[in-house]
Amino acid sequence: MNPLVTLRIALRAVLRNKMRSFLTTLGIIIGVAAVIAMMAIGAGAKAQVEAAFSAMGTNLLIVLPGSTTAGGSFGGFGTMPTLTWDDLAAIRNEVPTVKSAAPSMRSNQSLVSGELNWTTNVTGTTPEYFDIRAWPIAVGSAFTQSDVDTAAKVVVLGQTVVDRLYGPSANPVGQTVRIGNTPFVVAGVAARKGQSATGQDYDDAAFIPVTTFAQRIQGGLGKFLTGQIFVQATSAQTTARALEDVRALLRDRHRLGPGADDDFSIRNLSEIAGAQQQGTETMTTLLASVAAVSLLVGGIGIMNIMLVSVTERTREIGIRMAIGAKPRSILAQFLIEALVLSLAGGLIGVALGVGVATWLAGKFRWPMQIQVDVITVSVGFSALVGVVFGLYPARKASRLDPIDALRYE
Amino acid sequence: MGEGLVVVEDVHKVYKTGDVEVHALRGVSMRVDPGEFVAIMGASGSGKSTLMNILGCLDRPTSGRYLLAGREVSRMDRNELAEVRNEVLGFVFQSFNLLARTSAIENVELPLVYRGIGAKERARRATAALERVGLAARLDHTPAQLSGGQQQRVAIARALVGEPKVILADEPTGNLDSRTSIEVMALFQELGAQGITVVLVTHEADIAEFSSRVVVVKDGLILSDEKQAPKDARVALAAAKAAAPPPPPGVAERSP
Repeated sequence: MNPLVTLRIALRAVLRNKMRSFLTTLGIIIGVAAVIAMMAIGAGAKAQVEAAFSAMGTNLLIVLPGSTTAGGSFGGFGTMPTLTWDDLAAIRNEVPTVKSAAPSMRSNQSLVSGELNWTTNVTGTTPEYFDIRAWPIAVGSAFTQSDVDTAAKVVVLGQTVVDRLYGPSANPVGQTVRIGNTPFVVAGVAARKGQSATGQDYDDAAFIPVTTFAQRIQGGLGKFLTGQIFVQATSAQTTARALEDVRALLRDRHRLGPGADDDFSIRNLSEIAGAQQQGTETMTTLLASVAAVSLLVGGIGIMNIMLVSVTERTREIGIRMAIGAKPRSILAQFLIEALVLSLAGGLIGVALGVGVATWLAGKFRWPMQIQVDVITVSVGFSALVGVVFGLYPARKASRLDPIDALRYE
Repeated sequence: MGEGLVVVEDVHKVYKTGDVEVHALRGVSMRVDPGEFVAIMGASGSGKSTLMNILGCLDRPTSGRYLLAGREVSRMDRNELAEVRNEVLGFVFQSFNLLARTSAIENVELPLVYRGIGAKERARRATAALERVGLAARLDHTPAQLSGGQQQRVAIARALVGEPKVILADEPTGNLDSRTSIEVMALFQELGAQGITVVLVTHEADIAEFSSRVVVVKDGLILSDEKQAPKDARVALAAAKAAAPPPPPGVAERSP
């Protein structure tokens, strides 16, 4: 029999009981909508975590100086200056898994431009810093190595600082800003980076050459590097290796014997990012499996209503058989009817799922990502549910005895 | 005598209900030649319905042979039987058995759908069949919009549309008033004149009068099988019309 004719018969049967058909497909609709919405929000959350960590920098290690001890009380990492400028040079030059390294010394300083002032975090660093943090310069340029060598009084401003001192649309490059009592020339403006994973504003910052920082803010360049070292590994695969290499190098340079504690610490940000991502993925999988169960329940609903439909239309089946419908034509008719139900449910579910995800994302400001492959898979799965759960009622219909079916009241 | 269109030889049918065996047919033999109008009569429980089901290829005999248009159908499987029903037979039932909420033309097209005939050709043939039974103006009416007589005409058109060799009618007048019954019989006689074989099951003697041969079944056996001069249904119809005025329009026919 012509599949198009079969499809038309099935469509008519489905539309004849509109309310019943709708309620039957509700299970599938909710299931598919749940899958689509959950996966969209899950993917959005994952992308947000990824973006947050890639904003910190890629393949990043942070080396912190050691802790002070005063009468058994530890001051915490970073309180005791144990890292030296030579350590930084050694990390840069002697570890093959390290691509680049930059110091980061910080201090809160008041910046003044004309009548306006703003207190922000001033970081003394080297030009590699912007590369390591994956932080492009939007306007102007970063300071150079020669600026570092000559302790030039140049500054790169974060966007928030520009907003405060000059207004959002201003181009401050070439203007003078005072940090403390020292005038600095604005060399560039760092591109807007947004918030960190913990809600900190990355753009509320200013960057000056590390040598200038030591002279003007710290008051003299000593032996010790009183801040952190940002280290970028050559690739994501070598990040863990780089951590071990840097650790071995520093232990060697600090003459720490076996058994002695490290007088520094190294943080691997990729690992933290990985753990965060895994958490999101687990959550998504969990929600998706709940949704899959509801699809299954929807399938049982379809089987139920198809069985009712077969019983209800026993006489029709008898008539069709008497005038020459083969068992397989009857099978096809009811199977396609189940398929039409489940597929319609699937498609409505997709629309609903996209709608719900968009609404939730808008209402709670959640990120979301509609995934085409998820849509394809859930529509395909709902069709499969229709076939699997439609098979038994359809077989039952096709095996009816035409005489009994004709006599059925 | 040539080869009969319908040839039944020593057909038995035994139903098993639990431990009880019911012999519905106990050795029936008969043959029907092309163009005959045969009435099978019998009281309920006589086995005439069982015989009808076997003749209609809806059921298979327990033993014996059944040749339909030269083909042995008693050993065919369900798919082959469906094909035979579709191509060789046409059914007319007591309760019309039209698909509800489905237009007359779509009901008539149905046998052609299962034969795999294209939509245009189906519509053309179904329209022709409905014209043949005098319902050219009712193509798009659903059964609920048609009177009983009209519904039975649609059913006859559906039986005719596949150009069958035999039309099987199971109590076709059972749900119709006497005048509409005569109209339906006139239609069957017309088909017979066009060379279509009609096998009719009825328990009403005055309906059997319109056939050219009466087979009486009793207790699973053929009691008598006699040819007769059929009563002309058109004459009977004229007489009935003279006896009683026609019902006002809109009472018998519920067409809008």
